[in-house]
Amino acid sequence: MITLKINGLDVSVEKGTTLLEAARFIGFPVPTLCHMDGLSAYGACRLCVVEIGEGPKAKLVSSCTYPAEEGLKVRTASARVLKARRMILELLLASCPQSKIIQDLAASHGIRQQRFRQEYEDCILCGLCVRMCEEQMMAKAIGFRNRGEKRSIGTPFDIKSDVCRLCGGCMYVCPACQLRCTYNEPEKAICGACANLTPPCIEKEQFDDMMCYMDPCVACEIEKDK
Amino acid sequence: MKTDTVIKNKDNTHAGKEVDSKDILRILDKHNEDRGGLIAILEEIQAEYGYLPEKSLRIVGEETGRSLVDVYGVATFYRSFSLKPRGRHFVCACLGTACHVRGAPRVVEELEQQLGIKAGETTPDWEFTLETVNCLGACALGPVVVIDGHYFSKVRKSRVGQLLDEARKGFDTIELGKDKRIFPINVSCPHCNHSLKDETFAIDGYPSILVNVSSDHKQGWLRLSCLYGSYNFASEFDVPTGLVVSFLCPHCGVEFPSTSDCSVCAAPMVPMLVEGGGIVQICSRRGCKNHILDLV
Repeated sequence: MITLKINGLDVSVEKGTTLLEAARFIGFPVPTLCHMDGLSAYGACRLCVVEIGEGPKAKLVSSCTYPAEEGLKVRTASARVLKARRMILELLLASCPQSKIIQDLAASHGIRQQRFRQEYEDCILCGLCVRMCEEQMMAKAIGFRNRGEKRSIGTPFDIKSDVCRLCGGCMYVCPACQLRCTYNEPEKAICGACANLTPPCIEKEQFDDMMCYMDPCVACEIEKDK
Repeated sequence: MKTDTVIKNKDNTHAGKEVDSKDILRILDKHNEDRGGLIAILEEIQAEYGYLPEKSLRIVGEETGRSLVDVYGVATFYRSFSLKPRGRHFVCACLGTACHVRGAPRVVEELEQQLGIKAGETTPDWEFTLETVNCLGACALGPVVVIDGHYFSKVRKSRVGQLLDEARKGFDTIELGKDKRIFPINVSCPHCNHSLKDETFAIDGYPSILVNVSSDHKQGWLRLSCLYGSYNFASEFDVPTGLVVSFLCPHCGVEFPSTSDCSVCAAPMVPMLVEGGGIVQICSRRGCKNHILDLV
């Protein structure tokens, strides 16, 4: 067992436990976006940032990937942590302002405005869907492509993957990409999205083996607007 | 006698070459010891085709037990890999910080104008592909332009046209008489000592070396360039790359007695006597360029 101090409280956890699990175990809330039980830790969204160490040596680490160490002093909500978290949320909000999950997180952290240019991306590259596809669905149909500012998630060659079973797991876990519905281009469809929803989409065209996890169906709303 | 001459140039990369799964499997075979060598495999495929065809990535994924997503991820991650067919000549201009402040954007502009394409595109005649990179690591020499693997430093706008002309001619063309590493040799059969020189057929402007080759019960003539350092040849029938053929003397009909194996591909080395004393040995595998020259 490893004993560490989280927000001044002594906690004993098993070796290999992450700081995030330890903090949540004794009831300190740590917000996350790219973390999900059952999927490997990835450390992409940085929202779970906590402060470890003391004085000038204190530093910020992502708690979902940092294993508990003997005698470590952790603060999950220090001024520095909250400031960093607010900045991260503000940036996430700038890239994906339409995401309900990010909006809610931002609101709960007291963000009333964001100073950056809004980009309306449909992906924050958190990698949840990639890990879901690989680790839970055993498919590996989607993955990261390119790098730098061109980095994106999708199927190889942007065509429907042979190993994709249209399970919809990627859409289910996604915190941001509610615009990735590909109803208009069923050939590229990752999940099949809204085609099964009644009343709107299914009446336009028949897709028998598709499922939809979208509530509400954004694609249909877009179609309606046109 | 039917003389269906096939003259081969060593440059066999051109856009639109058919993907043969056998070629890919041969490349994979070479790398089957190191399981981590995905980049090495992709590099070799790119060297073969000039780009990474979709089919080849699928084969690599299946054969190495990797998912297509992983292979595709690596292939798109690195700038040096291309998923689109490239032209015969590949022009790469550096736009890194140092090259940028030394005027690389003007060089790129000139390249774009002369080729009539934007960076990242290929000319409609499949001659040139223009691309930019963010640093080639030769900042002190900037602006750097790389054409077909040849580096050009401190390139000015005015030099662009000349470089493109040189590229069209090919940097690898042999300049006879100028290059001291390339010289003609006269060879003869090690068995009957008859000269193999063939005055009736010229390769690289010199009389060729005539031998007979046989493989799979097929026999025909093969004419090699007599220039040491040139790999140009002509043959009666098309020998597929990678095939080992036996070399026979056209005069006495005896197969050249091999005494050693190629250090690169383990195929038998073919010895021929060099006029003036000495032996030249060439690898008997089509495509392997290994050779040894021993002068007495």
